[in-house]
Amino acid sequence: MIEAHQLTKRYGEKTAVDQLDFVVKPGTVTGFLGPNGAGKSTTMRMIVGLDAPSGGSVTVNGKHYAQHTAPLQEVGALLEAKSIHPGRSAFDHLMAQAYTHGIPRRRVEEVIELTGLQTVAKKRAGAFSLGMGQRLGIAAALLGDPATIMLDEPVNGLDPEGVLWIRNLLTGLAADGRTVFVSSHLMSEMALVADHLIVVGRGRLLADTTVRELIQQAGGDTVTVATDQAARLREVLAGPGVEITGTAGSEELQVTGLTPRAIGLKAAEHSIPLFELSSRTVSLEEAFMDLTRDAVEYHASATVETSGRAA
Amino acid sequence: MSTVTVTDSPAPAPVRAARPTYKVTGRRVLRSEWAKLWSLRSTWITLGLGLLFLVGFGVIAAAHYKSELNSGRPMHRDDVAATALGLSVFGTNFAQLALGVLGVLVTAGEYSTGMIRSTLAAVPRRLPVLWSKAAVFGLVALVVATIGVFVAFTIDSGIVSGTPAALTMSHSGVVRSLLGAGLYLGLVGVIGTALGALLRSVAGGISVLVASLMLVPGLISLLPSSWQDNISPYLPSSAGESMFALTHDSTALSPTAGLVVFLGWTVLALAGAAYRLVRSDA
Repeated sequence: MIEAHQLTKRYGEKTAVDQLDFVVKPGTVTGFLGPNGAGKSTTMRMIVGLDAPSGGSVTVNGKHYAQHTAPLQEVGALLEAKSIHPGRSAFDHLMAQAYTHGIPRRRVEEVIELTGLQTVAKKRAGAFSLGMGQRLGIAAALLGDPATIMLDEPVNGLDPEGVLWIRNLLTGLAADGRTVFVSSHLMSEMALVADHLIVVGRGRLLADTTVRELIQQAGGDTVTVATDQAARLREVLAGPGVEITGTAGSEELQVTGLTPRAIGLKAAEHSIPLFELSSRTVSLEEAFMDLTRDAVEYHASATVETSGRAA
Repeated sequence: MSTVTVTDSPAPAPVRAARPTYKVTGRRVLRSEWAKLWSLRSTWITLGLGLLFLVGFGVIAAAHYKSELNSGRPMHRDDVAATALGLSVFGTNFAQLALGVLGVLVTAGEYSTGMIRSTLAAVPRRLPVLWSKAAVFGLVALVVATIGVFVAFTIDSGIVSGTPAALTMSHSGVVRSLLGAGLYLGLVGVIGTALGALLRSVAGGISVLVASLMLVPGLISLLPSSWQDNISPYLPSSAGESMFALTHDSTALSPTAGLVVFLGWTVLALAGAAYRLVRSDA
């Protein structure tokens, strides 16, 4: 359980994280989504106490991260790709982390096995490929058998094999009842693993929602129907949970809440000729772009930043 | 990637009802820093260099003295006053570089590699990390340096026996001076770790270390001489030298005063490092 309350981080003039309020609940994968520079990494760094908030607070399982007697047991974090000394072996790195908490050697061997690093565990971590480096980072995150796992852009730069591995790992961890909080700027990736979504743009909270709701909000699953008897069709289709829009005098109607099949059957039943019947599903990517585009436009009077420092 | 076996369903063991209770303690952080120090090749190389400098330059100095003496030419003023002890601590100038630089690497190296994020995620209270690094490395530097100067003295006193520089371990002040040299180098190691943590940059840490130990004394000589006499005994290098010099002229501090002043410099550097560590984002 991670709870942020009015969490704010300013670097001089620039506000990287702007009064964020959110809760990450256990037992689900929560996606933390936003374009580059949206404040995702900064937020995660504040969660584990690497950065101090300029305002507001964030707690993990009810306490500030630094107040826990065994922080690695509360939150396992994979931050920016390399948080290791390249001259140290993977095993020695994990062992050094383990010593601070009195975590036994057995557990170190366990996480090495879990992440498939057995063959390279004694090699210098500096020689690791990106994928192996990520696995080492995840091994370190799992070391304390934490109730909350937090991963910053875990699939960045991974090959398809590695992406699949991470995906399965995340869903497996959530199925264990753990809190999984994972950031990404790739909506499509999030759609595959996340149940819940926290969307940020330019440091502000844009949406705290589920994948399904996000699509619905963006006007997803709309069916377009064209007929010369628009008024009659409206009456026929009307019902609870059905929403019909369309300009007066136009042959086209937008219907949500009914499948194209149901609309076709109703129309046939009442002998209403249809000229067009097509469904349009808004992709998550589009829904995400809609949300974040607004955020960018909102701030456009200042400077529009499309790249820059990774959030 | 291809060398790594892909586990398709990595589902880890379910969260156990009774999870083991881990806890961060001061001793465990010490243990971790000890393990970190020895798991890097640079530690072994640099400590080896430090030891080599101490023994090697100590022996070279003694051999040089002996050959000067035997050549029959009039000796340099410094050489006339030389003692076996002075010759055997000749290497401290070079060893302090090796040990100080390694001290900087112990802390600043974590910032340059990103390791500090892992370190502080495990010990978010932060200060125990600094104390442990300083204690572990200071102790290691102390032990290595003490071994080095005692070995150098043992060899040197053999080389110069029967000359005006001859001294034995039983001579008053010799053991105190050798222990002082070891302690000085141990504290240089601590100052190195403090500077590394304060500046968070390997290059910056080394620069400040070299400047304060080697360049500042030279700059002080540009000051009016009445100022020099008041300032220079308190500089880190002069105070440190008082810790292991056998004889002290009127301007120099006594060994104890030298130790106190040098400890003061060490505490100052550590305090600065602690302040930065706690106050600024990692």
